[in-house]
Amino acid sequence: MTVALSGKEIADKLEQQFPGSIVESSQDSLVVKSEFLSDVASFLKDTPDLDFNYLVSITAVDYYDYLEVVYRLTSMKHNHSLVVKTRCYERVNPVLPSVVSLWRGAELQEREIYDLMGISFDGHPNLKRLFLWHGFEGHPLRKDYW
Amino acid sequence: MEVDESTGMYVSTTELDIAEGKVIEALKKRSQQPIPDPDSWLDEELHRNILLTSVDAILNWARRSSLWPVVCFPACCAFEFITTAASRFDISRFGMEIIRASPRQADLMITAGTLTWKMAPQVRRIYDQMPEPKWVIAMGACAISGGIFRSSYNVVPGYSRIVPVDVYVPGCPPRPEALLYGIRMLHHKISKGSIATEGK
Repeated sequence: MTVALSGKEIADKLEQQFPGSIVESSQDSLVVKSEFLSDVASFLKDTPDLDFNYLVSITAVDYYDYLEVVYRLTSMKHNHSLVVKTRCYERVNPVLPSVVSLWRGAELQEREIYDLMGISFDGHPNLKRLFLWHGFEGHPLRKDYW
Repeated sequence: MEVDESTGMYVSTTELDIAEGKVIEALKKRSQQPIPDPDSWLDEELHRNILLTSVDAILNWARRSSLWPVVCFPACCAFEFITTAASRFDISRFGMEIIRASPRQADLMITAGTLTWKMAPQVRRIYDQMPEPKWVIAMGACAISGGIFRSSYNVVPGYSRIVPVDVYVPGCPPRPEALLYGIRMLHHKISKGSIATEGK
């Protein structure tokens, strides 16, 4: 059984490593500032006792005030998991760092989020629409689409 | 498709995407109204030539006894079609057991499932590649009207926007019996057709 790590404990670790990087944390998850996302992601992947080598999924949520992107990570070696979130307060042209260079499975899911939520991922090798066609107007999964 | 040297990933060119987008937009623009259902077989008395009736009888018997469906199953109604084709319901009773992967050898399109605008040009192309005479059965709620996805941003509200539909089979999904009933209805429709009214 995969052990879900406490977001609070990992957040304390991250706060020591990258001061000011954590917005909030709870038992279930932790929220990282978007400018620290690349550093935090590579730290989570490369630290031997964390070793999150598998990205289960990326998804995005529209909370009106901000867009939130949720990363679900799992370690194959230690069999534990963690939910990392980051927020983007810009709605017109939101940009977040891409994690494709760390987990290649992110490529398609970041394209999906770009397609349906309109979040650009900086550093993505092939960022364009996935389900909808070139020339489609708007991003349908946003709450203000209609 | 090209391989990006820095990442080793496949990247399709933007020109292809733009061309695809243009095709979809053009199809969507001219598909705002449904195509009228073919009804030339209804006014048979008006056009039918007495000399042709026996020819028609043989021709229609031949046509309805060997309807070959084409593989065009975009979504979940396909499973009901597969059941219909399998041994319990067995559409080979109607000479339909050969399900053609090539539209050029088929004369019936059973549109089983939700159609998205992105998929619509391909369905239209399959229909265009089928030789005359050809028929379409719209199978299930999504094929008739878009079903529960009708108001979605990417769903075609009914196959009749893309291709002319001969028989509508309601249900979500329709049971195999319902599909068989629809096929029987199509047989009746074909048997009322006449080569004198064809293409009008």
